[in-house]
Amino acid sequence: MSAVPETALSERTEPLLDLRDVTVTYRTSEGPLPAVRGVNLTVAPGQVVGLAGESGCGKSTLVSTVLRLQPSGAKVEGEVLVLGQDVQTVGWGALRALRWAEASIVFQGALHSLNPVQRIGAQIAEPITVHEPDLGDAAVQRRVEELLEQVGLPGARKRAYPHQLSGGQRQRVMIAMALACRPQLIVADEPTTALDVMVQAQILDLLRDLVRDLGVGLLIISHDLSVLADVCDRVLVMYAGRVVESGTAAQAFTDPLHPYTAALSGAFPRIGDPAARYAPAGLAGDPPDPRELPPGCSFAPRCPRAVDRCTEAEPPLLEVAPGRPVACIRVGEP
Amino acid sequence: MTDLAAQGADAAHTPATVGRRRSYGRYVLGKVLGSAGSLAFVLVLGFFLFRVLPGDPARTLGRGRFRTEAQLEEFRATYGLDQPLPQQFLTYLKNTFSGDLGVSLRYRVPVSDLILDRLWPTLLLVGIATLLATVIGVYLGVISAWNRGKATDKVTTGTTLTLYSMPEWWLGLLLIAAFAVGMGPLPGIFPTGGLHSVDAEPGTIGYVGDTALHLVLPVLTLVLVYLADFSLIMRSSLLDEIGEDYLTTARAKGLRDVVVRRRHAVRNALLPTTTLIALSIGFVVSGAITVETVFSIPGLGLLATEALTIPDYWVLQGTFLVTSAGVILANLLANLVYGLLDPRVRS
Amino acid sequence: MSASTPALTPRQVTRRRRADAVRRSWASFRSHRSGLFGLALLTFFLLVALLAPLLADGEGLEVTKATGGVLESPGSGGYVLGTDENGRSIVTLLIWGSRISLFVGLLATVISMVIGTLVGLMSGFFEGWPARILYRVTEWFLVIPFIPLAIVLATVLGRSLINIVIVIGITGWASTAMLIRSQTLSIKERPYVERARVLGAGRWHQMSRHVLPNVMPMVFANTTLTVALAILAETTLSFLGLGDPTRVSWGSMLEDAFDVGAMTTGAWWYIVPPGVCVVLVVLAFTLVGQALEEIFNPRLRGR
Repeated sequence: MSAVPETALSERTEPLLDLRDVTVTYRTSEGPLPAVRGVNLTVAPGQVVGLAGESGCGKSTLVSTVLRLQPSGAKVEGEVLVLGQDVQTVGWGALRALRWAEASIVFQGALHSLNPVQRIGAQIAEPITVHEPDLGDAAVQRRVEELLEQVGLPGARKRAYPHQLSGGQRQRVMIAMALACRPQLIVADEPTTALDVMVQAQILDLLRDLVRDLGVGLLIISHDLSVLADVCDRVLVMYAGRVVESGTAAQAFTDPLHPYTAALSGAFPRIGDPAARYAPAGLAGDPPDPRELPPGCSFAPRCPRAVDRCTEAEPPLLEVAPGRPVACIRVGEP
Repeated sequence: MTDLAAQGADAAHTPATVGRRRSYGRYVLGKVLGSAGSLAFVLVLGFFLFRVLPGDPARTLGRGRFRTEAQLEEFRATYGLDQPLPQQFLTYLKNTFSGDLGVSLRYRVPVSDLILDRLWPTLLLVGIATLLATVIGVYLGVISAWNRGKATDKVTTGTTLTLYSMPEWWLGLLLIAAFAVGMGPLPGIFPTGGLHSVDAEPGTIGYVGDTALHLVLPVLTLVLVYLADFSLIMRSSLLDEIGEDYLTTARAKGLRDVVVRRRHAVRNALLPTTTLIALSIGFVVSGAITVETVFSIPGLGLLATEALTIPDYWVLQGTFLVTSAGVILANLLANLVYGLLDPRVRS
Repeated sequence: MSASTPALTPRQVTRRRRADAVRRSWASFRSHRSGLFGLALLTFFLLVALLAPLLADGEGLEVTKATGGVLESPGSGGYVLGTDENGRSIVTLLIWGSRISLFVGLLATVISMVIGTLVGLMSGFFEGWPARILYRVTEWFLVIPFIPLAIVLATVLGRSLINIVIVIGITGWASTAMLIRSQTLSIKERPYVERARVLGAGRWHQMSRHVLPNVMPMVFANTTLTVALAILAETTLSFLGLGDPTRVSWGSMLEDAFDVGAMTTGAWWYIVPPGVCVVLVVLAFTLVGQALEEIFNPRLRGR
């Protein structure tokens, strides 16, 4: 062990992404809207972390803070460290240098996230020319073709426009684009939403292969816990702007401790599970309005296990087992 | 991975370029046919307006001109108005296509000669004004959309809306009073009207300068009113783009805000603006007609408004046909350019 | 919804829902500052037009009974805005002129809207060749330059108040038809219309109960914008001498001012006030129309 140089050790342990107590509040005409409340999250090199939750739980807002892309009306507190730099406070020049070169995003909805009237090759080449201005034109084009081939598209497709591609192909283009500057961290925001099941599986395979081959860190956001369970090392579950449970993917999916996680994992039937088939678990009601959170546990009004105590105070995120923080006071109770 | 690559390759088998060229061809064909339809419609409308709608065209056309029934008969015979309508229509088509637009009742020369003579001032006026109004209008629209809600936007939008609400010829009258006649201590610096000074020698540099000086106020009038129109169009199409996700992507890539604006937002917003500006060419031509009247510029507009008082029907018909055809062709041209710019219409 | 609500007939529910929608629209209109400004301006001009006989003696329009001197400048002889070449008070002309300008603008718009809405609804709602032909005709009308067509029509029809209304009305409907058509096309595909279709609703029912009520707000907003254009058109046609020669409108005032060379003789009071009135009224209608458009078209919110 002593043979390992100290720098290498520290490099290995420093997370690529380190969110510390991040809170995001939108200023709206009807008062402040807390979208994210005190989230802690780290992604290490080679690690795949999943973030699950219903739409409106603050996942996408959290993603936007990673490259400081949140709307101007949002106030971000806490630290958003990307490779040790706090992106929320660095200067604009440093921020631009960091964007895409160190961390990139596979945006939700590839159709709208690609410029509809530019060839996809030009769009993939764009960040390369920004961050590596010395690279010659031919080299850039070669890289674009390599990237397309890396995601399973022929290099010649660089001349296509987004509307000439299928949904799955567009998602591949988004991934190729995210890889363009060889970043160390990739954030994928709902990368498989709106794709059919077969294509979904292909895209997930692709992402998993990339992490294995390139050793990047990957943060995947999805409302579909089963998607995350397939590819992630760790999974965090968010509800109403807070992390309510985290654990390994297998734990979260097969042995959920928080009732919300249980509902989420039950919302997607597992093939061959007769229990799921005969008693499809769902979740009644809608997520709460962030402006008027219920007292105590935000989940209590929808929770099948809620008791009076639940509405007294917001349950803290406590480690109930090694590596298993849960925010529920009824964990372990019958 | 192999099956994935195969699937991607499969999609690449259709060479995209060939398909695109063919579909642009189809787009062009569609637009050309549409414009041909519009032209045909204008032709029919011209016939309808001048031979069918008046009831007894000879009586209406010769209002106050003919005293006796014999004169009326002679008039009918000359213009074939005594023939049945279908026959008249055929004659009308034949004449129009051979460039025979009748003879001006006032000038006693063929209307087509008159129109050819008067075409250039109008083309000059409309051309320069459209160009300048587009460039300035688009620029202002970008500025105000990008600063929406801020003081710049409010001032720009307020000004453009006010200009948009003005009859262009009224603005022309004000400009004449202010800069041609002179206001208070301010002497008039521009000519009050016409296209040339009496003593200008055609073909000299001075002649060109003289024409330019005469064009300043009328062009300014048209530019001010239509830049307002175009800037409002550009502002709203850019605002349509500003919320789009691909701009967030561009920003995430590390692009400067100005680059995001120029390379992505503005460029994309220009596409719908092209077609909308094309549709406005008709309005610019309409504006030019009144502005020519106010500034006595010997173009098609002045020809038409002078013909009103007589009324010189064949001149009116000729200017109607020619200006409509001109607008339709300009529109077609703009649509073809749009087809080249926007890859989405080609598929 | 809840059990405590007394049972309502579907019609009552509908009426209540519409009343709610109107109330909501008014609430968001009130927060729209430029729209309110336009509305105030509009109210002012409408009141002036309606109360014209009380504000200025109609006899002041008659050339033979004019009491002032030729082109008297403002202030002299008790004329606030001076007199015209016949010695009539400019203020009186302005007040009475507002009637013609607004009347022509509003009535012409009614014609435009009726034609435009009908053509737009039909070409959007129906399929097959009649709809396609309607669409083509709309496209053709859209590219024909307005003034040449209007000049020709006005010349052929002759000069009268009603003819100028007709001319403006039938030359200005095409853009409305285009707008209504695209709205109809999108509403037609909405689930509740499809449901009605599946349940066997006839075309007339679908159109009158589902499509039309949903298109109406846009028609309303578009009407307001069209009035602005119609008033501009009236002014221009009157200026070109195509208006009713027996009536005073802002456009005909400007025609007279131009004919007597008011801008070269420095009689600014003859040129500026009528034009300013036109600009203000057109601006007012445009502002109100834009505000309405923003309220009824959520995509435009926050501009």
